[in-house]
Amino acid sequence: MKPSLSTRRNFLQLAGGVAAAGALPVVTVRPAEATPAMLASAIRNVVGEAPVRPGKVKIDIPPLVENGNTVPMTINVTSAMTDSDYVKSIHVFNEKNPQPNIGNFYLGPRAGRAQIATRIRLADTQKIVAIAHLSDGSFWSASVDVIVTLAACTEEVN
Amino acid sequence: MASTLINVQPKAKRGDVIEIKALTSHIMETGFRRTAAGDLVPRNIITTFTCRYNGTEIFRADLFPAIAANPFISFFTVATESGKFDFEWTGDLGFTQTASAKIIVE
Repeated sequence: MKPSLSTRRNFLQLAGGVAAAGALPVVTVRPAEATPAMLASAIRNVVGEAPVRPGKVKIDIPPLVENGNTVPMTINVTSAMTDSDYVKSIHVFNEKNPQPNIGNFYLGPRAGRAQIATRIRLADTQKIVAIAHLSDGSFWSASVDVIVTLAACTEEVN
Repeated sequence: MASTLINVQPKAKRGDVIEIKALTSHIMETGFRRTAAGDLVPRNIITTFTCRYNGTEIFRADLFPAIAANPFISFFTVATESGKFDFEWTGDLGFTQTASAKIIVE
């Protein structure tokens, strides 16, 4: 077997392969939605290595949403809200919007009541997660599933 | 200039827990939408909202594109003294907006 032939064949194969690859449309892949992995990493960014226990947090949101562009949401955390025992912050996440974060809300002992309300966007039927950071350093969470019929966030601009 | 809507009760008893509602008009463009031509519309959102009670910060929020247009936020505080609430919204493209509300605490 002549090494030159083998080299030439390899070269042609390589060249052909490159040409074929060049002919393919260039597809850039960007995740169209936050994945459960992104949700998990967004939560890790907030809580670090601390354990997150279920409880104390209550999410009030319609279970069936007709229009994902504006969804009223109330989050309530059971807390005495005294100088020594209060909610430091409430973090809200979603599973399937383009980004996993919805909002971070920082309270303090002066809040009196650990409750916030806002209006959010939901791009799909998905899970909402709320995590409360208490003054003793513990994290508590709640999650709720919401069914969305008209998606928000990624629609075409008219 | 964007317009704002603040809802704080004008009078309260000392120690009362009062609700504060704040809304400002803003498109909250997500940065994920495309025009019919396929161009991505750049993000333009409010990123931070703060409320100060006589100069002391009592509430702050980081907002993301998942907050609906014309962001509405409601929260609570203990009425400690008469004075003023100062609200501030800041966001993309140098957006800033302020508002204030007075309260009399008896």
